[in-house]
Amino acid sequence: MIYLELFYAFLKVGCFAFGGAYAAIPLIRDTVLAYGWLNDETLSYLIAVSESTPGPIMVNLATYVGNTQGGVFGAALATLGVILPAFLIIIIIMSLIKNVMDNRCFKAVLDGLNACVIGIIAATGLYMLLKSCFSLKEGFSYDKKAVITAVILIAAGEIYRKIKKKKISPITTIVLSAVIGAVVYGF
Amino acid sequence: MKKKNILPQLLLTFIKIGLFTFGGGYAMISVIENICVEKKKWITHEDMVNVTVIAESTPGPIAINCATFVGYKQAGVPGSIAATFGIVLPSFIVITLISMFFDNFLEIRIVADAFKGIKVGVAVLIIDVAFKMIKKMKKDTLSLILMAGSLCIMLAVNIFSVKFSSISLLIIAAVISLIVFAVREGRAKL
Repeated sequence: MIYLELFYAFLKVGCFAFGGAYAAIPLIRDTVLAYGWLNDETLSYLIAVSESTPGPIMVNLATYVGNTQGGVFGAALATLGVILPAFLIIIIIMSLIKNVMDNRCFKAVLDGLNACVIGIIAATGLYMLLKSCFSLKEGFSYDKKAVITAVILIAAGEIYRKIKKKKISPITTIVLSAVIGAVVYGF
Repeated sequence: MKKKNILPQLLLTFIKIGLFTFGGGYAMISVIENICVEKKKWITHEDMVNVTVIAESTPGPIAINCATFVGYKQAGVPGSIAATFGIVLPSFIVITLISMFFDNFLEIRIVADAFKGIKVGVAVLIIDVAFKMIKKMKKDTLSLILMAGSLCIMLAVNIFSVKFSSISLLIIAAVISLIVFAVREGRAKL
């Protein structure tokens, strides 16, 4: 029964996908290949589509596979499967956390984890910027248009802050970067 | 906060967040920080950093963890359902449409070009939110070492594409903090 299979397969992905979508791609790959829902080529295409459409990458993948295998109902079940573990875990942690937060030992560990996560986020952002601007594949090369986009974007953010005395919102930044991309790469 | 209309507010806010979150969970942290911390004041900056830690160390999409957390804080289980449903809805609709009508979505020239721009935009957003977190974090020696250490390790892991999950890094950081805590407690008792 395809509906049960979709739900179960993506529930499993949701349960074991630690550290965000990219870390989970091998797991997702094993799952969809095992069921024969996608092949390597369609999977890499779908990952690219998931990156360029809004929303969590895992949810996008689940929705797409669900749709192609079992229509809208299949998509709903696959999506439910992939988000259910994350949803339940937070509810459980939240109902326990009041007691845990007062524990000094737990607090010390949480402080350490906070610092570590901040480092990971900074590294991810820097790497993404480096990757879109520079390439080391065949010697050193750089994507002039990506550099121009980054410079315009950062400059626009700074100018906005000087004039309006507040920071440009992330949503505006995304819309602006799409427009700049369409213009810079379009010509 | 009026509890009366909090559910539709959560739903609409997270639909908006879901609609503008490209490129995975970290970019969304920046959007959630802007809307839920600065504008709506639903959660504090510390909450935001803590939920990021929880999201990193539990399975599932980071975005779902964050939405569930904010929703639960505002209005319990119904709130968490409203927020999670809201954040999933836009991508569900967009992907369903794409799977039905566009076989070659990424071959549409303007979409591909706009997306190249968005990729840069997402990176800028993530760097921005990381700087903000660094500015506001505790500045004791241990935290600074853990932050700088994980930054360098993750950067190296990415650049040289080594197989090393961020989860291992978190476990190492937890163990180090635990040891330092135990040593300090031990000294205080002497």
